[in-house]
Amino acid sequence: MLEHAWNETGPRFKAWLAALLLLIGIGGFCYSIQLGTGLGVTGMSRDVSWGLYIGQFTFFVGVAASAVMVVLPYYLHDVKVFGRITVVGEFLAVTAVIMCILFILVDLGMPSRLLNIMLYPSPGSVLFWDMVVLNGYFFLNLLTGWKVLEAEYTGIKAPDWVKPLIYIAIPWAFSIHTVTAFIYSGIPGRDFWLTALTAPKFLASAFATGPALLILISLALRRFTGFDAGQEAVRRLSIIVTYAMSITVFMILAEFFTAFYSQVPSHMYALKYFFVGLYGGNSFVLISWIFATLCLLALILLLNPKTRGDETWLTVACASTFIALAIEKGISFTVGGFITNPFGRVTEYWPTAVEVGIVVGIWALGAFLLSLFYSLFVTVKRRSERGIA
Amino acid sequence: MKKPLSISRRTLLKATGAAALGIIPAGTLLVRAAGKPHPKALQAKNWAMVINAKLCPPGCRICQEACHKVHNVPNMPDPKQDVKWIWPESYNSAFPYETHPYTDQANEKRAYPVLCNHCENPSCVRVCPTKATFQRPDGVVMMDYHRCIGCRFCMAACPYGARSFNFKDPRPHIPQLNPAYPTRTPGVVEKCNFCDERLAVGQMPACMEACPAKAILFGDLNDPASPVRQALASNVTLQRKTKLGTRPKVFYIV
Repeated sequence: MLEHAWNETGPRFKAWLAALLLLIGIGGFCYSIQLGTGLGVTGMSRDVSWGLYIGQFTFFVGVAASAVMVVLPYYLHDVKVFGRITVVGEFLAVTAVIMCILFILVDLGMPSRLLNIMLYPSPGSVLFWDMVVLNGYFFLNLLTGWKVLEAEYTGIKAPDWVKPLIYIAIPWAFSIHTVTAFIYSGIPGRDFWLTALTAPKFLASAFATGPALLILISLALRRFTGFDAGQEAVRRLSIIVTYAMSITVFMILAEFFTAFYSQVPSHMYALKYFFVGLYGGNSFVLISWIFATLCLLALILLLNPKTRGDETWLTVACASTFIALAIEKGISFTVGGFITNPFGRVTEYWPTAVEVGIVVGIWALGAFLLSLFYSLFVTVKRRSERGIA
Repeated sequence: MKKPLSISRRTLLKATGAAALGIIPAGTLLVRAAGKPHPKALQAKNWAMVINAKLCPPGCRICQEACHKVHNVPNMPDPKQDVKWIWPESYNSAFPYETHPYTDQANEKRAYPVLCNHCENPSCVRVCPTKATFQRPDGVVMMDYHRCIGCRFCMAACPYGARSFNFKDPRPHIPQLNPAYPTRTPGVVEKCNFCDERLAVGQMPACMEACPAKAILFGDLNDPASPVRQALASNVTLQRKTKLGTRPKVFYIV
């Protein structure tokens, strides 16, 4: 089925891929600088020892997990309208997991020793389990997505073993983000992370982010390829975004209550640092207020049925949701755990140009893979709908 | 499996360096390379340290200088990315949230040496995905620089800020190279090792030996007759952040 997918693409699509390749190249160049000198070229330090890379990793684990928000209703609740886009969700998951693995790889001081995680398996380490669940999730989604699409292409029913794998992938999606949250929430002495709310909050915000992205992708596919996911599917996704975003904001506000009503300093520090600055450190104040504003905007647009039902406003709401949560989980949450440092001081962190270049490169690679997947998907859909097998 | 290849390689490198200088007699070298303990090796069930901070004068860095020299710890130009094994902090920084604005001024000025606490329940060991950091039966929390993948999970997990990452190549920033101890590559984590390489040949930790005030005591926490236990029995002592359950083994007389 691959040959048709490539032959049926137009020059505009090829130009888009070329532009992405350029960005991937820039990312690769930045990574070569980092490989040469070490992680010293990043903004990280002995006090803020994780930064943008691990934040982005965390964020994209959420994006990967969120595929379950179309797969689960379709397979468990017979929500037929999602039938057209389950594969879109599964390919999004596959791409997101690839990005996650790359974010981990670029964060390692000794990338050549990556396989030590498998050579010396350490079941006591959450990172070991994260490797296990992410790899499992990758193969589950790649297999099921591919087989379902192939079935449509050939017109022959997918083999029987695909169904159980789809069902296994559903709880597995929850596991990847839970285990990722446990990396943070099981560490003594980092009070901003040390809360049982971390995993549930991660899941809720992922289930807002992913469906919001799927809505944006569906609208883009309709505009650029003519593939229509269907108004009903978008409407149902928008309701999922609304609930998930409301729950996310509720949990964030609950964190504020616990910190500021209890007045325990170590619980207030990170939140103060984000919104008003702490001990002269205020790098995150601007983006934190952008985050808060976008959350509010998204909630207003989503909760109001009129704006939620309007495609333009829904696009704004979904973009706001995605950007807000990309700020929160993509960088702030990770850095917040290091405020303050173990000596009660604040060390500032901000990503350097090299760091940003590498992250842009990985995003471009994600967009590149997703574009190829979706062009394949759209071609298969088009041919099967025209009756060409 | 218990004894990774990298350790013997490290031992061999170290030994080769020492042999070149004639520090360790050749016979001992062979014994060590064969994995047998040095005849004078110091052994304990549970190594621990007591620091009498009352004897630490303001601005003193003698223990830091001695340790960093012995272990080839670099002076990195950017303090945010510096590598440190033992260094002085103020009382307020060593014991944050356990202070108030009206404390004894002399105490505020003292230099509290801080280092890896070699916790009995170490969170760094728990989180390491490759067992590159591990706890020995004698309680020393160790690093295998050859296995570390540089994920820095241990740095996030250490509530004492005791771990350093080699953000850049440390070698050009080592003031005076000690050939008897390995240098590190960029991309790995390191920290105080309770001078395991010295204990193995019958020497006490470098910081303790260097301290002119004899403020540092080192010994077996499981032995009631050890100087450490005697100091703990006869002084009021503090550990850093006990509420976290890590059970640190560096104690402070304040």
